[in-house]
Amino acid sequence: MLKNADGSAYVEFGNTKVIAAVYGPREVVPRHEELTDRAIIRCRYRMLSFSTSDRKSPAPSRREIELSKVIREALEPAILSHYYPRTAIDVFVEVLNADGGTRTAGITAAALAVADAGIPMVDLVAAVAVGKIDGVLVLDVNELEDMFGEADMPLAAMPGLNKITMLQLNGVLTPQEFKQALTLAMKGIKQIYELQKEALRRTYVEIGEQIV
Amino acid sequence: MSRLSKTPEQPIIPRIKYNTILNVLMRGYHVDKRPITSYRPIEIVFNVAPKAEGSALVRLGNTQVIAGVKMEVGQPYPDTPNEGAIIVNAEYIPAASPSFEPGPPDENAIELARVIDRAIRESKAIPLDKLCIVPGKKVWILWLDIYVLDHDGNLVDAAMLAAMAALSNTYIPYYEVLDPDTGAIKVDKLRKKEPLPLSKYVVITTIYKINHALVIDPTAEEESVASYRLSVAIDEDKRIVGLQKTGLGSMTEKEIDEIISLSLAKADELIGILKSVKSQSSS
Repeated sequence: MLKNADGSAYVEFGNTKVIAAVYGPREVVPRHEELTDRAIIRCRYRMLSFSTSDRKSPAPSRREIELSKVIREALEPAILSHYYPRTAIDVFVEVLNADGGTRTAGITAAALAVADAGIPMVDLVAAVAVGKIDGVLVLDVNELEDMFGEADMPLAAMPGLNKITMLQLNGVLTPQEFKQALTLAMKGIKQIYELQKEALRRTYVEIGEQIV
Repeated sequence: MSRLSKTPEQPIIPRIKYNTILNVLMRGYHVDKRPITSYRPIEIVFNVAPKAEGSALVRLGNTQVIAGVKMEVGQPYPDTPNEGAIIVNAEYIPAASPSFEPGPPDENAIELARVIDRAIRESKAIPLDKLCIVPGKKVWILWLDIYVLDHDGNLVDAAMLAAMAALSNTYIPYYEVLDPDTGAIKVDKLRKKEPLPLSKYVVITTIYKINHALVIDPTAEEESVASYRLSVAIDEDKRIVGLQKTGLGSMTEKEIDEIISLSLAKADELIGILKSVKSQSSS
């Protein structure tokens, strides 16, 4: 996707379009931030100013600050950061067009970018949200559905290991609905996982052909 | 680079202490000898800041959190002309812990405020239409500010209790509508008009995964060795009104199931405490 980045990926979920880029493992600046036993992961999630219907101010919003943290914590369990002590792995997620599920598309893209950078991972991370609209649970809500729905539950997981790395809920669910939503999200995540693996394979087959 | 979210520095804990914490927790107890699924003593003091329209101090063991409500008259959002607004802020004051630094709220404080904001908003604990003064012109803007005074673990649960206690203690200041057409009103903050309508209580129970145990209400020391935590917001109708996973670890579906059932049981307890302190304070 991007030439300068060590790894990058572009992901679309319908009209939601996201670019992720990864730099590292690289030297930590400022140096006092480095950890002696592992790489630090640094993450910034951002929406481009024209990605929304009303122009988004380029200054970081509280939402973006929270999501940067949420995305970082969704990726951390997958990255073998202990292989690279005293370094930083920087993950940048840029939302080009927002139509619901930008954080989940962002995580899906970021995991691919980390893999593309050649950083060892225990598994990829795929993410999707489940929404509740008029009492019905639906997979991957868009902006309109999110606005008028009763709940939005983004989830990220390492599908190969069946481990969940991110879970949020904005809205109301009964405990029974929550169980169903979790199952539905995991099903969706497995589908995204297949697409992620396919995209990675395709890229490296192409690179392989160029070398030969 | 300052606006990047970065892996936090891990606290250095002597191995002997680390092992002690894990050993005790694996036997089913906290370091202070209570069972791992029980809260520390909870104390709620109302009206600690009389100039606020509502306020409360919550002590959860050695953790102390203060929350206050200020009501201001403002304009409604164009898409909700008949509704007031709630704005939640949180701050970890530097006096609360050697690791907190002065400055604007960091990502942890912002996350805390947003988690509490979502729980109150989504559960509709405060009927926003009751905060309308003159439709389309004047509404109450409710500022809910939370300050962590002393950090000894489990801040989310304590902050949510403080927020709810402060809201249950809030009065709408006295006002008169002078002219409904222009929206002219007169406000006298020294007099109280009526208690803030509160349709239900909402609490957050955070379950921490420490080694192989699911733990409730850890101290700061115990919390520092947790692999992840899941905050579950629950309302009086036993509905889940918010979730937030925090931390570097990952969860299995089975763990999530256990966490939800544990949270539902514990939420009952917290709501009970809120109700009983409220009825004692008003009697």
